[in-house]
Amino acid sequence: MAAYNKVNASDIAYFQRVVGLTNVYHTDDTMEDYSHDEMSIYGIFKPGCVVLPSSTHQVSDIVKYCDEHDLSITTRGAGTGLCGGCVPIHGGVVLSTEKMNQVISIDPFTLTAVVQSGVVLMDFNTKVNALGLLYPPDPGEKSATIGGNVATNAGGMRAVKYGVTRDYVKAIEVVLPNGQIITLGGDITKNSSGYDLKDLFIGSEGTLGIITTITLKLVPLPKMMVSLLIPFDSIEKALSAVPYVMQLPTTATTIEFMEHDVLVDAQDYLGKAFPNKDYPAYLLISYNGDDMDVIRPALDACMKCVMAHDALDVFLSDTSERQDAIWNARGAFLEAIKNSAGVMDECDVVVRPIDVAEFIRHTRFLMGKHHVRIRVFGHAGDGNLHVYVCKDNIPDEKWRGLVNTVMDSLYEKARELNGMVSGEHGIGHAKKGYLKEALDPVVLQLMKGVKKVFDPKRIMNPGKVVD
Amino acid sequence: MKIIVCIKQVPSTQKVAVDPTTGVLIRSGIDTKMNPYDLYAIDLALQIKKSTKAQLTAITMGPDSAKAVLKEAMALGCDDGVLISDRAFAGADVLATSYTLASVVSSIAKDVALVVCGKQTTDGDTAQVGAEMAAHLKMPFVGLVMGIHDVTTTSIGLTSDQGNQLVDLNVNYPAVISVSEKVGQPDLPSYFRLSQMDETKIKVVTLQDLDDHDPNHYGLSGSPTQVEKIFEPTHDNDHVLIHGSTKEAMDHFVEVMTSNHYFRGKDHG
Repeated sequence: MAAYNKVNASDIAYFQRVVGLTNVYHTDDTMEDYSHDEMSIYGIFKPGCVVLPSSTHQVSDIVKYCDEHDLSITTRGAGTGLCGGCVPIHGGVVLSTEKMNQVISIDPFTLTAVVQSGVVLMDFNTKVNALGLLYPPDPGEKSATIGGNVATNAGGMRAVKYGVTRDYVKAIEVVLPNGQIITLGGDITKNSSGYDLKDLFIGSEGTLGIITTITLKLVPLPKMMVSLLIPFDSIEKALSAVPYVMQLPTTATTIEFMEHDVLVDAQDYLGKAFPNKDYPAYLLISYNGDDMDVIRPALDACMKCVMAHDALDVFLSDTSERQDAIWNARGAFLEAIKNSAGVMDECDVVVRPIDVAEFIRHTRFLMGKHHVRIRVFGHAGDGNLHVYVCKDNIPDEKWRGLVNTVMDSLYEKARELNGMVSGEHGIGHAKKGYLKEALDPVVLQLMKGVKKVFDPKRIMNPGKVVD
Repeated sequence: MKIIVCIKQVPSTQKVAVDPTTGVLIRSGIDTKMNPYDLYAIDLALQIKKSTKAQLTAITMGPDSAKAVLKEAMALGCDDGVLISDRAFAGADVLATSYTLASVVSSIAKDVALVVCGKQTTDGDTAQVGAEMAAHLKMPFVGLVMGIHDVTTTSIGLTSDQGNQLVDLNVNYPAVISVSEKVGQPDLPSYFRLSQMDETKIKVVTLQDLDDHDPNHYGLSGSPTQVEKIFEPTHDNDHVLIHGSTKEAMDHFVEVMTSNHYFRGKDHG
């Protein structure tokens, strides 16, 4: 492990000169928020200081200084991550992008936008939607930053039709660990010009450099989205219907699965009833388009398909009130489970869609074996599960060992099914051990080699991903 | 036992043009949906149906295209539908609308036990049609019903939300009630049932089918209301994103809320 210097008064004075007095935090009360992400369970780590630049050149000056003074840098967006990716486990400098929040341009003619990396996803969505445009990646956490989404290659519910963040990044401006500013990719559609370093940066979780500006691809905004809530008498039957839905001529915008118990959690959390919760399991399938005449044939085909594959009914959500009732509940699943559990651990493994049912069966087996409550929901269309192991009333002394055993077994099952450790949350430091177990040692060595090429002094987000 | 639910097709957007001379909403060529408040009425009626096995009929007034909301009501669980459609009914205000609906009820469902309405519509917003129907039908009226209890085939217990108090009362049939959104989250219509819909279960009623078929009692000519002006309400959608440490953010938040008079300053206690 590289030795890092601790942040001292003269470092703070330098950062204050670069970004201004008020944009450096160095007291305990101002830095508390920056010592953890949404999963405090993985530890609280105090930064040496927090620096809030507003331009790429300020970022470059800070990074150059850190490089020269052996200070580690952890880049942080909105801090909404779930695996400790933005947490300074070696102290040092936390570089928050929250003031790099300018949407530099949105061009409806070329369907392109340029943003600073600290732009918040929901603010960006509001701006592009107002121009009749859509930024398709749709991670559940709308208060995340675009930079954070790029750093973790965030996915979301629309991935089944549109793909993930990676598919919408045309170019990135990056500050390298020595402070140099480079641009990777370009405002182009195709590129066969050497190694694609842009794609290497996407999902690198701040370990190779700092993404400061992002050029994004947009699409025309479909005027409406209609959802079908489809009940089944078991989650297995619900998931068995998914491959048939995926074979239909019109690609669904979302294919989510949910079980009755999670709906009840969401209902309790929101204090608002879900429109239908009489059945053990559901698929939530959506189609978007410009009007009902376009969407109706897709709805009809989907209905026929699921009714032929054990659906018990097909409910229609076609108005803003109904969509809000369903999607607000769906958006609250994570918080609802967290609320019901007190403390929990989570994983977001990804397997083939046809293996999701087997994975869920395994969670049931673990629930019975370890007497622990496990909640599962997720993206049936792309095989990305969200699995939450709930502490409930399990005593503290028993919990840590128990949750580790359960988590080990979940990741082992994902490996057995040839799945991956994370579909969209990333690795951070919390999942590093599981990534190591999952990767071919040769691949792991190559990843470490990549890290070394970009960041020989290992000052960028040390202790994360493969470091 | 027979229950009638009154429903209405309304524009699905707030942006609706108004005819400057008549003050009537211009409804052609816009997307429509069932009045959201009527979904609560249907939901409550379905709860009553569950324990009484009542026959549930949805009725609506409008052009042929309004059949869509009847089909939706049937996809939610209503047994059949009635479309009240005649040129003579067009342009009706609250009085003419409630009189038309009451005439239909008394002409085609003389033995009705309960008439259930939504609290109001999202296009008219008067919240008067249910009460005025009750007056025309000479039936008791209970508004803003948010719950039911002791349901029998001769009477029903109702909880009415009167704003500052809840009132529990028992009403003998026949009666008219309007339903508050506090009754709970309405169910979704079955798309499967919609696809299997037997359209012959929708009956069309015209002026000639009513006991009173004097056209002067209906539509624009039966409407004493003079609309002087209709205008869109203004919407404020300003938002402020607060950055900084927890303390800075909270201080800024308090400052914003205080300066906008949502919080009182310390000086005011």
